[in-house]
Amino acid sequence: MHEVQYKLVKCTINGRPVQTMVDVRASLTDMLRNDYRLTSVKKGCEVGECGACNVLIDGECFNSCIYLAVWAEGKNIRTLEGLLGPNGELSDIQQAFIDETAVQCGFCTPGFIMTAVEILETGKEYTRDELRKLLSGHLCRCTGYENIINAVENTMHKRLAAKK
Amino acid sequence: MYDIKALYEATSVKHAVELLQAHPEAKVLAGGSDVLVQMREGKLAGKELVSIYRLDALRGVSLDADGTIRIGSLTSFSHITQSPIIRQHLNVLGEAVDMVGGPQVRNIGTIGGNTCNGVTSADSGSTLVAYDAVMQVEGPEGVRLIPIAEWYVGAGRVSLRPGELQTAILVPLQKYQGYKGHYIKYAMRNAMDIATTGCSVNVKLSADKKTIEDVRMAYGVAGPVPMRAPAAEAFAKGKPALEETIQGFGEAALGDVNPRNSWRASREFRLHLAQELSKRALRETIRLSGGVV
Repeated sequence: MHEVQYKLVKCTINGRPVQTMVDVRASLTDMLRNDYRLTSVKKGCEVGECGACNVLIDGECFNSCIYLAVWAEGKNIRTLEGLLGPNGELSDIQQAFIDETAVQCGFCTPGFIMTAVEILETGKEYTRDELRKLLSGHLCRCTGYENIINAVENTMHKRLAAKK
Repeated sequence: MYDIKALYEATSVKHAVELLQAHPEAKVLAGGSDVLVQMREGKLAGKELVSIYRLDALRGVSLDADGTIRIGSLTSFSHITQSPIIRQHLNVLGEAVDMVGGPQVRNIGTIGGNTCNGVTSADSGSTLVAYDAVMQVEGPEGVRLIPIAEWYVGAGRVSLRPGELQTAILVPLQKYQGYKGHYIKYAMRNAMDIATTGCSVNVKLSADKKTIEDVRMAYGVAGPVPMRAPAAEAFAKGKPALEETIQGFGEAALGDVNPRNSWRASREFRLHLAQELSKRALRETIRLSGGVV
């Protein structure tokens, strides 16, 4: 029988420094769900096509299903759970998904929202076509995408207006 | 959980070479958007991996003193597109790799992986071939520089020797200075798709913008590996930058390509694409260079 390799992985998850021993064969999805119970990180296609497992690593979006858990060493990781306010309040982008009926079954939603967070945090104004391209790494089988793009676009405009 | 037999994490290029020598069966793992997916599919299941992902020294785009553009092999597609050096001198490469997969894939996928897997559909491949890029590899015998014309050996095979690792991709000054390039990816979807055929053209016009002083073209998925189009290039070189030349260029390109039938498209359709894409790309490069067609 071959020996299982373990490694200590220290990283920051949703602002909290954490560490755990992981099997080196684990994906980051495995670690986030199994070790940290962050179940907003969905197991969809598991080959990097659907975007349901998308998380922010050092400010950029990655499909955590094709990212080794051991690569997370020293990284700053953010998941949907990190968007909640101190008393569990929804963030503006989460509320916008509800308001625009951009959620049906909800499986793709956390991944979409984390990409939306990356988009919104650039502080730039994008055209609808640009938003479509920026969101194109996610599959949704329910909504037909229009409401999702509406939610991101509306939140972008609200944040930009608030800045002025 | 991946079906990985053993994972070896390299801490330096030298260490990676030692690991590859000690474990000759191991596959190199860069960003993983290819290797980890093949592992899930079972094709690479049970294999040993040497991970080079954390070798940050291999990331980034820089300019050498002699003007050579140096792209670290682990530079992600999105970082290539955002690089000011690429935008200024080799914008077509930034545009080409911005067509790979989707945003998350472009954050993890590396240009080294895209060229080392030897795949003809790689979006970076045709542009690098069209600019005569040079591959820098490091192995037990030290550093070797391999012209891209000698890089692709066959479908899925490149001229890396055992224990060797690609560490950078170089584009010399005389290969890009004065050239403007354009890449067209033909695929069924705008995102998360693989090129049915891709075509990358670059030109250097005369000072009065009326003559094509030099033109280079390379295709993806027009043969088993990314390939140049010597007949089309010879036809258009030195000719006026006019519609007639563009038409002849597209016809001549048919003598250069040998596409396959696959579930993605027929040979006939790919021949049509080879001709049409070459014309559209050449027209665009002339326009980008300040010519009028």
